Amino acid sequence: MSELSELYQQVILDHNKKPRNFRKLKTANHTAEGFNPLCGDQLTVYLDLENGFVKDVGFEGSGCAISKAAASMMTQAVKGKTKDQAENLFNEFHSMVMGELNEETEENNLGNLKIFAGVREFPVRVKCATLPWHTLHAALNKQEQVSTE
Amino acid sequence: MSSGTLSTLEPVIADTWDVERIRADFPVLQQTVNGKPLVYLDNSASSQVPQVVIDRGSIYLEQEHSNIHRGVHYLSQKATTAYEGAREKVKRFINARDVRECIFVRGATEGINLVMHGYGRKFIGEGDEIIISAMEHHANIVPWQMLCEEKGARLRVIPMNDAGELLIDEYEGLLNERTKLVAVLHVSNALGTINPVKEMIAQAHKYGVPVLIDGAQAAPHMPVDVQDLDCDFYAFSGHKMFAPTGSGIVYGKLELLEKMNPFQGGGDMIKTVTFEKTTYADPPNRFEAGTPAIASQIGLGAAIDYLNSIGRERAAAYEAELLRYATERVSAIEGVRIIGTAKNKASVLSFVIDDIHPHDIGTILDQEGIAVRAGHHCAQPVMQRFNVPATARASFAFYNTREEIDVLARTIERVIEIFS
Repeated sequence: MSELSELYQQVILDHNKKPRNFRKLKTANHTAEGFNPLCGDQLTVYLDLENGFVKDVGFEGSGCAISKAAASMMTQAVKGKTKDQAENLFNEFHSMVMGELNEETEENNLGNLKIFAGVREFPVRVKCATLPWHTLHAALNKQEQVSTE
Repeated sequence: MSSGTLSTLEPVIADTWDVERIRADFPVLQQTVNGKPLVYLDNSASSQVPQVVIDRGSIYLEQEHSNIHRGVHYLSQKATTAYEGAREKVKRFINARDVRECIFVRGATEGINLVMHGYGRKFIGEGDEIIISAMEHHANIVPWQMLCEEKGARLRVIPMNDAGELLIDEYEGLLNERTKLVAVLHVSNALGTINPVKEMIAQAHKYGVPVLIDGAQAAPHMPVDVQDLDCDFYAFSGHKMFAPTGSGIVYGKLELLEKMNPFQGGGDMIKTVTFEKTTYADPPNRFEAGTPAIASQIGLGAAIDYLNSIGRERAAAYEAELLRYATERVSAIEGVRIIGTAKNKASVLSFVIDDIHPHDIGTILDQEGIAVRAGHHCAQPVMQRFNVPATARASFAFYNTREEIDVLARTIERVIEIFS
């Protein structure tokens, strides 16, 4: 079960149980909804974007442990970042879980998001981890809905 | 088959059903997954194929392959004989009156769409009503919604109780002179409920309303007699009953098929074609445009032979015993809730665990070699009815064992441990 313990690390399980920034943001000026029609995962990302900075961010929705923890840690990672920095994190995160970026040997800004590297051993679960990021990307770019299918 | 009959059969069946001999017929089951013996519990999504069915498809490809219904040459005649022979087997399998009532389709979904196009679009119009049930698979919802939208007809839905049983009194209340079709499933893929379709068909016929039965989950697990049911249409998929994908049947009463429009246009479904006018072939050819999945449909015939050889009623009784054992084992685990607790059930054990998403359950089970389905099972309204985003579903076939259910139960306990 080594790959499994790689996937379900304590930090991920903790964020699943107690997701951070799990709330509707009253001050949101950018919002997007993400769906994974294959599995029914759904979440809404709320952004308060000011002068190109993510002033505040929140999310709501239902999904598996991987998608919930990914959303929770994503909100922590992008708060206070510029739009470009957030987009860059999305690209790095996406490359890592797709197995295109080696988070240990190649330069990146992923920090504690590296914990999701184990997802790449579970190809069907990659969409769970990236759904919050696709939704964030949509919110940053004023799309209202995004689907991972 | 009543549950009373089954309970008296159970002890006998469990002792005499030689499951190891049956398992040896299925090459797929011999492998390991993630270093563990494969425990295949996703039979409601697609069942496995026995060696005799694989061999029959190979014989066609190696020795008989050519197009059907149009060659005077040797191979075409061989292929046509095999293909039409499979149709004859289907006729006996469901006890149709006439072989022309058995139309080959890609699966139940295509069968339902065929009836929607051929019957629905011709005979259902503005203000008419179509009755479906709250537990339908999307395949028996979406085509009727599309028709309602096109024609200005109205979809009515038979509700169900918390056990996942249709409220038959409510159904009777929905039937009226505007009702033009009833379309319900025989066995629920998400809940396992066996619906009292024979009684429901009789009710509809009092109003002169034809009934389509989605039999995708019933045909693999119980004897089906379309004359006894008196259904007007009955659709099922080959790949859920031990045949290859791309095979399936929609049965229709001949008098209905004869007055229906074609489904797709093309070769094989015509009598004569000129640029001014085409006349259509009689059933079943009218509904089988183009070259079909010949090898798959011949495989369906071989799967029927296989089911007959092992004994359908005995297989059903063994599966009932498996389901009873699995229900007992899994529901005893603290934190697990069974979704679908109808008195009359077949093959399916859908469940949720407090605060653990079914996808996480599915991934962890997979690591132990156990294949289950995690998701909405193409039945999103059922998920909404039970207020869950998804369920994990173990579904059984006659080649599964009690030991496999023990592995399932132990691994569910491990899932709860990981998330505790």
